Amino acid sequence: MTPKQIVGKISLWFAVLVIVSPAILFFLWMLSLSLKFEVDNAAYPPVFIPEHFAWKNYVDVLASNRFVTYFFNSLIVTGGATTLALIVGVPAGYGIARMAAHKSAIVILIARITPGLSYLIPLFLLFQWLGLLGTLVPQIIIHLVVTVPIVIWIMIGYFETTPLELEEAALIDGATRWQVFRHVALPIAKPGIAVAFILAVIFSWNNFVFGIVLAGRETRTLPVAVYNMISFDQLSWGPLAAAALIVTLPVLLLTVFAQRQIVAGLTAGAVKGG
Amino acid sequence: MSALTQSTPRAAQSDAAPEKELRPPSYWPFVVPALVVVLAIIIFPWVFTIWMSLNEWKVGSPTTFVGFSNYLRLTGDPRFIEAIGHTLVYTVLSVVLPLVFGTFAAVVFHQKFAGRGFLRGIFIMPMMATPVAIALVWTMMFHPQLGVLNYLLSLVGIPAQLWVFHPATVIPSLVLVETWQWTPLVMLIVLGGLAAIPTEPYESAQIDGASLWQVFRFITLPLIMPFLFIAGMIRMIDAVKSFDVIFAITQGGPGSASETINLYLYSVAFVYYDLGYGSAIAVVFFLLIVLLAAVMLYARQRMLWTEIARGA
Repeated sequence: MTPKQIVGKISLWFAVLVIVSPAILFFLWMLSLSLKFEVDNAAYPPVFIPEHFAWKNYVDVLASNRFVTYFFNSLIVTGGATTLALIVGVPAGYGIARMAAHKSAIVILIARITPGLSYLIPLFLLFQWLGLLGTLVPQIIIHLVVTVPIVIWIMIGYFETTPLELEEAALIDGATRWQVFRHVALPIAKPGIAVAFILAVIFSWNNFVFGIVLAGRETRTLPVAVYNMISFDQLSWGPLAAAALIVTLPVLLLTVFAQRQIVAGLTAGAVKGG
Repeated sequence: MSALTQSTPRAAQSDAAPEKELRPPSYWPFVVPALVVVLAIIIFPWVFTIWMSLNEWKVGSPTTFVGFSNYLRLTGDPRFIEAIGHTLVYTVLSVVLPLVFGTFAAVVFHQKFAGRGFLRGIFIMPMMATPVAIALVWTMMFHPQLGVLNYLLSLVGIPAQLWVFHPATVIPSLVLVETWQWTPLVMLIVLGGLAAIPTEPYESAQIDGASLWQVFRFITLPLIMPFLFIAGMIRMIDAVKSFDVIFAITQGGPGSASETINLYLYSVAFVYYDLGYGSAIAVVFFLLIVLLAAVMLYARQRMLWTEIARGA
C-alpha cells in the first residue's frame, strides 16, 4: 500500500466513524440510562458505565401487569393489521402490476401525503357510532391506513419484476388466474412479501398518533403506554428508559438482522406511512 | 372464484381475437378486496372530512351546515397562522440538513469497507426505531441540568442551553432530532442513485487529476440530482406532517413555540373536539402539502430548463 492509499483508508474510516457515531452513541446512552439507578442518572458529570447495574429497572417494567397487557395489545394490533394488509394487498399488487394500472397508484400517493390525523377525525366518529371504541378493533382497522399502502406499493414493484413466461405457460396449460397466482406467482414473490411484511410490521408497531386518540386505558399499544409513562413518571429515568428500550427493541433487532430487505423496500418505495 | 370469469368490455374484445389477447381483464377480482379497504379507510374518510369541514360539528352538540365559515375562520386565527410559520421553518430545516448529511453519508457508504452492511444497518436504526421511545431519550438528553447534551457542550466550552425548554431554541432542537432520525432515508435514496452512476466519467476525471471535491461537485452531484430531488420531496412530505417526536417532546410548547399545523390540528380535533373546524384545518393542511410539492416540482423544472439553456 502506498502512503496515499493509507491516508485514503484512514480518512474513509474516520468518515465512517463520524457518520455512524450519532446512532451508536445514542443507543448506547439509552442503554446506559436504562441500566442506572437514580443516583447515577442524576450524577454530574454524567456516568456512562455505572458501578452497579440496575437490572431492577427492567424487572419492574416487565413485572407490571399493564405492560404485559400493552405488549399483547401491540402484538394484536400490529399482527392483525399486517395480516389483513397482506391478505388484501398482495393479490391487489399482483392485479395492478398485471393490468399495468399505474394510475391506481395515485390513491396510494394520496394516502402517503395525507396526514394521519385527518383519517382519525371521520373514523373516530364512525367507530364511536358503531360502538367499537374501547376494543382493539378500531386500532386494527386504522392501522390498515399504514400497512395496506406499504404492502400494495411494494408488491406492485415486486410483481413487475417477476417473469411472465411461467405464468403464461401455466395459463396455456389450462390453469385459472387464481391457480396461476396461487401456485406460480406467489411462490416466486416470497422475498417481496417478506419485505412488505417487515416494513408493515415496523411502521404499524411504531405508530403512535392513532393510539393516543383511539386507545382507552385497557387498549393502549406500547408506544402510547410509554408516552403515558412520561407524563406520570417524569422523574424516574431508569425505568422509563428501560421501557422505551423494550418497546423499540424488536424493531431494532429486525433492522439489524433484516437490513438487506428493509433497504430494498425503502429504496423501492420510500414508503413510511401515517 | 367464479368472479374470475366475469365478462367485461375487454373480455368481449378478446373474444374477437382469442389468440392475440391472452390476458383478459380477469385480474379485477385480485384488486377488489383491497379496493373495498381503500375505499373504506382512505376515500371515505376524505369525502367525509370535506363534508364535515362545511359543518359546525362538535362532539356532544347537534351539527349545523355552515358552508365555508370554518375556512373563513382559519384566515383570522392567529394560532393557525403562527402554526404555518412554525411548520415552514421546521420543514425547510428538516429537508436541507438531512439532504446535506445524507448525501455525505451516501458517498461514504458507496465506498467498499469491511462491515459495510452491518454498519449500514446501525446507521438506519434511528429511522426505524419507535419515534416515541426515541423522543423520550432525547427529552432526557435535552434536560438543562441533568442532560448529557449540556455536559458535552461544556466539554468544548459552550455554555449550557435550554434546548426544547426555550421558545428560541425549541424548533432547532427538534430539527436536530428530526435530522438525526431521517438522514438515513436520504442516504438510502442517494445511495441507490450512486449505484446507478457509470464509472467512465470518474476514470477520465482521475486522468485529468481532478480533486475529490471537484469530482463530487461536477460529476457526482449533477448525476445524483434526480435522486436528491426525490429524497427532498419525501423529506418535505414527512417533515410537514411530523407529529410523534414533537408531540412527545414538547406538545407544541413552550407556550405554542413549536406548535406546527399538525399539532394544532390535534388540539382542535381531539382536545377541544371541534371536529368541523379540525376538518377544515385537515383539508387546508393537505392542500398546503400539495402546494409545497408543486412548488418543488416547478423549481426542479426551472433548474432543468436553465441547465438546458446553458447547454449543460
